[in-house]
Amino acid sequence: MAASSLISQPNGSVAVRTENLQRHYAMGDSLIRAVNGLSIEIRSSEFVALLGTSGSGKSSVLNLIAGLDRPTSGSVTVHGKNLAQLSREELARYRRHSVGMVFQSFNLIATMTILENVELPLRFAEVERPQRAQQSREALERVGLGPRMNHRPSQLSGGEQQRTALARALINRPQLLLADEPTGNLDSRTGTEIMDLIREFNRQLGMTVIMVTHERTLAERYAQRMIFLADGELVEDRSNIPAAVPTPALQGGLP
Amino acid sequence: MKLPDLTELALRNLRESLLRNSLTTVGISVGVASLVAMLSLGIGLQQLASRRLVKSGLFDTVVVTSRRDLRNFNRDDERNGAPAPAESRMLSEASRQEIERLPGVLEAYPDIRFATEMRFEDKPHLTMVSALPASAKSNDAFEGMQGTFFSSDTAAEAILQKSFAEELLGKTPRPGTDEVNVAQLAPPLLGKELTMRYAQREESLSPQPVPKPFDASANAFGSMGAAYSVVSRDQKLKIVGIADLDPESMRGPTRAKVFLPLKLAESLHVMQPTDLREISSAAGGQPVYSSLSVRVKNPSQVQTIEDAVKKMGFNTFSILDATRSLRQFFAVLDLFLGIFGSLALAVASIGIVNTLVMAILERRREIGIMKAIGASDGDVKKLFFAEAGAMGILGGIVGVALGWAIGQVINFATNIYLKRQALPPEHFWAVPWWLVVFAVLFAFLVSLVSGLYPAGRAARLDPVQALRYE
Repeated sequence: MAASSLISQPNGSVAVRTENLQRHYAMGDSLIRAVNGLSIEIRSSEFVALLGTSGSGKSSVLNLIAGLDRPTSGSVTVHGKNLAQLSREELARYRRHSVGMVFQSFNLIATMTILENVELPLRFAEVERPQRAQQSREALERVGLGPRMNHRPSQLSGGEQQRTALARALINRPQLLLADEPTGNLDSRTGTEIMDLIREFNRQLGMTVIMVTHERTLAERYAQRMIFLADGELVEDRSNIPAAVPTPALQGGLP
Repeated sequence: MKLPDLTELALRNLRESLLRNSLTTVGISVGVASLVAMLSLGIGLQQLASRRLVKSGLFDTVVVTSRRDLRNFNRDDERNGAPAPAESRMLSEASRQEIERLPGVLEAYPDIRFATEMRFEDKPHLTMVSALPASAKSNDAFEGMQGTFFSSDTAAEAILQKSFAEELLGKTPRPGTDEVNVAQLAPPLLGKELTMRYAQREESLSPQPVPKPFDASANAFGSMGAAYSVVSRDQKLKIVGIADLDPESMRGPTRAKVFLPLKLAESLHVMQPTDLREISSAAGGQPVYSSLSVRVKNPSQVQTIEDAVKKMGFNTFSILDATRSLRQFFAVLDLFLGIFGSLALAVASIGIVNTLVMAILERRREIGIMKAIGASDGDVKKLFFAEAGAMGILGGIVGVALGWAIGQVINFATNIYLKRQALPPEHFWAVPWWLVVFAVLFAFLVSLVSGLYPAGRAARLDPVQALRYE
């Protein structure tokens, strides 16, 4: 798990490919083309930002890649698997083992401690209890929440809740991290902390990161590539050189 | 997801909306309680009825009558093409011995049964008299008897049925008034003398002094060569016992109120109704009986022996025939009680559906989260099933306890009432272990069925919409 290099290079193999991806919703009488013919290719270990105003379809694309939604037409292929052809059960297994997700509103289960929240995906994966506890504790320690693992989400700050969500996203060691406005509910300082953690996962674990955001500055600071969407269509796709230096304060803060 | 995890999550979720889920569970409990209460009442009444029948002591007895007899208990036989009454066999001494030789038969003794006059303290009382063999001593019917059984099979002794004892003492209770305890009847009667006036059959050859002769040989029967006279006689009997229960409860209106030892009764040659027929047919000088009581070694053999005797061409009747319709009655009763009991459970199951549908609305987001982090449709479905099932089992257990408690309270209250009426306490409320298991399992099953729709709905929930939902 040690970092091979400070800046991970996309290793060339394709992680995600969409081909003429369409996702239409019927809203009353009108048809909404949330995603309208999108064809992109994201390589393994790439850090990609999906940018656009609200309603541009960026979240819909993320949901399609996450296997939470099915395309109206076209295809999403993740590591060679066409998600459109998977059964519901296979999609669930794909989400369980290949994808980690972080949301703007954290989406932790309020009635569980953060340890239990982090452990939950392992329950679905039917991992044995002792191993489950061990893995969850490690994941929480990794995001700096070791001492607070028996707290409930409501007892934690927004930043801490998002770290919990990150620990949960990591627990099954997925290749793909999907983040939907991960800093949207955080102040800029905690937002930076979270982004630094995500970058760390990208670099040290070689995870492919696809982050949906409407903050261009955030994308410019962290992403290696920026994809601009408007009305469900690709507007611009360009590479970016992120600000390379991790925040020293965070490195000191991690155990 | 594995079962322990499923159970843990389900119980955790149930605890989260404690009040609502408790209320739903209480609803199931009430349903199960009503079911248990109804069924245990049905079972208890059945056991009570069976107990009463066992006490009547006739579970091991088969009554055999000739098909010629007017008293035919099994009307079905006539319809099923059995031989016409006039052609069927007579119940002679030879057939008695034949029946006694059947495997499993302890004894077959003739029923000596006649209506006669009993004089007690110079007052006449008309009653039915029957004879009992020595083996009847072990009969459960004499369990609560005051006094003793016959000292010998030939002793000039009598046992009275309680109602006749009441009649002798002039204590006949009017309907609706309290029953008299048999112990109160014993002291003024035991050891006292009873005079039985009866009609004795006498072969006309024997030159007996005849106080009031009625010469049968003078009429047309005389040509058959079995002529006899009927003589009025007195027999003094000592009252040795008073039976609380009715040893002949199954005989209906022909049941006897006074019992004599069998050998004594036989030696008296009391004129019996069948004697006339004996004259009219050629029975070869053998005695002919109106009916035989056949005692069977084991109550389970009653059916076999009944069948064997029927094949010989006689009518049979046993308490088994009576209990067959009784059991049928109780099966129907149980069914109805069960249906009424289940109604409450059906209402409770709607409560489960309601609670779970509410839970889906409330936990929509949570379901979305679980799906996003890898829960399959099946996992979500199983989780809701587990919650429904847990409520079912919990409600079932509480309900059985509640139903049992209701039964105890009613039992207790009824026994207080019975005690006030100076009656022995009765246990007519029974909760057998299988009913407990059945009730809990039934509640579990019903709740699972109720969970079917909510679980399916939760499983089909679109995660994207669920996550958008605030």
